[in-house]
Amino acid sequence: MKSSGWSKSWIQQIVFTGPATVAFAIIVALPFFMGMYYSFFDWNGVSDNLKFVGLGNFTAIFQDEAFINSFIFTSKFTVATVILSNLVGFILALLLTQPVKSRNVLRTIFFMPNVIGGLLLGFIWQFIFIKGFSAVGEKTGWALFNLPWLGDETTAFWGVVIVTIWSTAGYLMVIYISALINVPKDLMEAASIDGATAMQKLRHITVPLIMPAVTIALFLALSWSFKSFDIILSLTKGGPYNSTQSVALNIYTEAFQNNNYGLGTAKALVFFVIVAIITSLQVWLTKSREVQA
Amino acid sequence: MEQSRYRGTTLILEIIGVLLALVFLVPFYFLVSNAFKKYGDILLDSAALPNPWTVDNFTRAWDIMSFPASFMNSLIITVTTIIGLAVISSMAAYRMVRHSSKYNNLLFAVFVAAMVIPFQSIMIPLITVAANLNLTNSLSGLWFAYMGFGSSMTIFLYHGFVKSIPLEIEESATVDGCSPYGVFWRIVFPLLKPMTVTIIILNSLWVWNDFLLPDLMLGEGQRTIPLSTYAFFGQYTKQWDLALAGLVMGVLPILIFFLMLQRHIIEGITAGSVKG
Repeated sequence: MKSSGWSKSWIQQIVFTGPATVAFAIIVALPFFMGMYYSFFDWNGVSDNLKFVGLGNFTAIFQDEAFINSFIFTSKFTVATVILSNLVGFILALLLTQPVKSRNVLRTIFFMPNVIGGLLLGFIWQFIFIKGFSAVGEKTGWALFNLPWLGDETTAFWGVVIVTIWSTAGYLMVIYISALINVPKDLMEAASIDGATAMQKLRHITVPLIMPAVTIALFLALSWSFKSFDIILSLTKGGPYNSTQSVALNIYTEAFQNNNYGLGTAKALVFFVIVAIITSLQVWLTKSREVQA
Repeated sequence: MEQSRYRGTTLILEIIGVLLALVFLVPFYFLVSNAFKKYGDILLDSAALPNPWTVDNFTRAWDIMSFPASFMNSLIITVTTIIGLAVISSMAAYRMVRHSSKYNNLLFAVFVAAMVIPFQSIMIPLITVAANLNLTNSLSGLWFAYMGFGSSMTIFLYHGFVKSIPLEIEESATVDGCSPYGVFWRIVFPLLKPMTVTIIILNSLWVWNDFLLPDLMLGEGQRTIPLSTYAFFGQYTKQWDLALAGLVMGVLPILIFFLMLQRHIIEGITAGSVKG
């Protein structure tokens, strides 16, 4: 009797958790550990002969100029997009928490770009930068629109930043709105009676009260930007001269175009460590906020 | 009072808001208006409205992209994935909460920890594993891969929600002779509905828009919408008339989905990101 109860419990355990565990083990856990193993080998992905190279791939990474450049690009791009998309998202949220009549329509419009996948977004903007901007430049004569947007390293960088802001600001706006509507009205009114200006209220009441949302939004933007791939692939393909190649795109190119699977997995491992540090920081900060709330 | 306050600063804010919205919509204007133009007209002036209008681009892109097939592939993989993930993840999360043994706590910790692994850092060995298990070149193989990748976050979200469900209802059902499976499917799963809606939305947007995983797993013959758009763009570089029509068709289904369910989508995304 006792043993049948035990086996019943195990059958339930397998029925409830088995399918998810098996799929996860094969698709995520196994490749994760295999990646660690392969990163010590010279391997082209096709042939069975793996040549052990020890830490060779890792030393190669730090001499790989393309990888280092992609890392520098990704860092600069992350700083720019995290600051700007949060700024835009926050300003939009402030606007939409005022009693403007069109706020529901506006919220829909600002959020809309976010539901379109990065690959399609990049293609849409490729057309706008190449053809749309020049048409606007001809009509208005504004020099800004006559620049060779995707053909020059500096403007291509800002091009990718602009598209990323356009796609993510609405999402961050939604997070800020849900925090802003919970700021107590009586606190704002009391401050107004005491003669606080709008700027003072924003700095000393609103911002401190919505800090939890700021933390979430900052780190969401951080982890999206760091892993950026789709938008860059379709907008610039990493060009011109690899100047907009992100780390994710560099890994993809190394493995699937240069067929250096061993080196690719080593790069992927380095990438994982960096992203893990960033994302753990995100989880840790979000959790520390839960305790206070 | 409200009225007089509205007329002042709020009117200015309203105007600013509408102007900003127009800036956000400009890319859509360029996309749609040029998709209806002849190639020469696009080169001549891409900012003008189409004159004359043509739907020729759409009929040609529809055939070249084999749009109905890509659309069906995208739809099948998205629908089966969201169903599969909701089923396996809610069951796993339920078991982990209600039988929090050492083993189950460790299992949950592993699922959560894996959320930090970026796709690009395991995609290379994944392709080797998938090829050896015959998971490549088929929608069912792709579906299985989504089960593995999606389960972490889906279990994490369900786990938090199951904890908030009172145990008493389940206990009384068990006393009345209901099996553990009956308790879950008849009592617990319906109570998880708000979280299921959030999860369906988050997973639909992810799977529908995903490019890299289907790109690596599916063969030439099978394409989802992002894949066929990518191939189409590569083939017809600078043939803007065809490319833009293809893009409009690619964007339309997800935009319609969003506009129809926008309240749920925005709420679901807020709930998912604040808890995640």
